Amino acid sequence: MHELSITESIIKICSEEALKNNLKKVEEIRLKVGELSGVVSESIQYYFDIISKDTILKGAKINIEKISMEIQCKDCNHICSTNRINFCCPNCGSFNIKVISGNEFYIDSIKGE
Amino acid sequence: MEIKIVRQIMEWNEKCDDEIQKLLNEKGIFMINVMGSPGGGKTSFIIKLIEKLRDKYRVGVIEADIAGKLDAVTIGLMGIPVVQLNTEGACHIEAMSIKKILPEFNLDTLDILIIENIGNLVCPAEFEIGEHLKIALLSIPEGDDKVEKYPLMFTKADALILSKYDLKEYFNFDERRVEARGKEVNPNLQIFNANSITGGGIDNFVHWLEREMDRRKVKAKEE
Repeated sequence: MHELSITESIIKICSEEALKNNLKKVEEIRLKVGELSGVVSESIQYYFDIISKDTILKGAKINIEKISMEIQCKDCNHICSTNRINFCCPNCGSFNIKVISGNEFYIDSIKGE
Repeated sequence: MEIKIVRQIMEWNEKCDDEIQKLLNEKGIFMINVMGSPGGGKTSFIIKLIEKLRDKYRVGVIEADIAGKLDAVTIGLMGIPVVQLNTEGACHIEAMSIKKILPEFNLDTLDILIIENIGNLVCPAEFEIGEHLKIALLSIPEGDDKVEKYPLMFTKADALILSKYDLKEYFNFDERRVEARGKEVNPNLQIFNANSITGGGIDNFVHWLEREMDRRKVKAKEE
């Protein structure tokens, strides 16, 4: 449901940046989305196509790079990627863990002319 | 031509979240975001919590629902300042909704503001709304597998309340499973139980809440 407000935000930010950089047309928008962000990537292009119709972003392809989750143990410094939220270090069993990637949710770049 | 941007997509919400926290800290108001499934017992828990807090603190409530004013009327009958927030279909509340609704209260006459989020175990967890604490409610009849199925809610929460705890004997609810999985996704998760009919268990939560309020007040002074 809230992918709509997220898409509106993408359109607002990209339109601002396109204007700032004198782009006449935007062909591609690159997003980085962490596995932990909870966003349904597939819905974004769908909403985007509908609500970008009257903007210079019309027709742009949304390219989403998914970022896997990585955790680091604060006790033994072991770093590993994981496919589920699990705050237990597989190396030493400590719960003293920090997430070093997986929460990302940002616009990385736009491509246009 | 490729142009590097690197801007947070949720920047609108993050900015707003910061503004709300700043305002609340200036006014000395502690805000609690209560989240959980529809029917999990959020309103009943909040009512019992208000009863425990109201002699000592001035409490206000924001009731968020997709439609209707049922819960706001219930809380209003207790003589507590309450504002109903209707999202008209949206599955969660955002910081902007809270910012818009805060002027409805006299912020100089509140110590604690409780937000009852939309009944939903998924989306509310994704949005910071200027709160100091996130409280997740999981009722016993919902089952002991929810941490595994909806991990984000329990990762983000500061405390988990097992509500309708008096029904434990009627359901095959493995409390140790919830605790173990909860600590896996969030080692700092504090777990309490509550019976919102008798008020059982809620004192423990109130003691913890008061410690958190003190801790954060001290922290605010240091900053």
